[in-house]
Amino acid sequence: MNPFRRKTLAALALLLVPLRALAAWNKEAFGAKSAGEALKSLGIGASADSKDILIEAPQIAENGAVVPVEITSNVPGTRSIAVVVEKNPFPLVAKFDFSESALPFVKVNVKVGESSFVRAIAEAGGKYYTASREVKVTIGGCGG
Amino acid sequence: MADPMKIRTTVGAEYTEVRVLMVHPMETGQRKDSGGNLIPIHFIQEMSVKLNGKTVLEGQISQAVSRNPVFSFRLKGAKSGDKLEIAWLDNRGERNRTETAIA
Repeated sequence: MNPFRRKTLAALALLLVPLRALAAWNKEAFGAKSAGEALKSLGIGASADSKDILIEAPQIAENGAVVPVEITSNVPGTRSIAVVVEKNPFPLVAKFDFSESALPFVKVNVKVGESSFVRAIAEAGGKYYTASREVKVTIGGCGG
Repeated sequence: MADPMKIRTTVGAEYTEVRVLMVHPMETGQRKDSGGNLIPIHFIQEMSVKLNGKTVLEGQISQAVSRNPVFSFRLKGAKSGDKLEIAWLDNRGERNRTETAIA
């Protein structure tokens, strides 16, 4: 390969980096029927249990269609948080990517089909940290 | 064109809280209408938050986010009057973008 072409390709590769950083909806991960498969599709490897991931959610949700979940990561350098409702037909609910101008925090209302653990997985410095919390549901959120 | 989002911002000492309500049915594809027919899946897939034109947060979401999604985020270094722009894209290719100024 001639040097000019190599430089051009290198420049093109640099241009492509920011584009790739944009979160395109991950069809495979969101279509996965188990939490493990979904996380694997997101490229999330083994995660360590961490007390620095805080999940606030009701212990008992009367209406599974609207369950408020609040997640905070106190792990320094957290870049993303994935949210999984383990027993849902499609467990992956969301993945958020944070720049340095956003705190690794999110609050969102989710549907919980049946009593389930809600799990958050945070990525910081190429490592993964996780915590979970059980939500018991009296009326399911996916049919109604 | 979908309804504009409702955005509320609160500037605090450590961060600015952004609360956004998106008007969207977030159909799971599992519900049936009164005639017993499945209602087609229809949900927001991607969203982004820009502060003064710079993307500060992006999300990918599933049909398991509740109808008319409400999110809260916390931004650092945002000042009163800064431009905030929130956008979403759903699985039918419908988009919405709402701009506001930080309160």
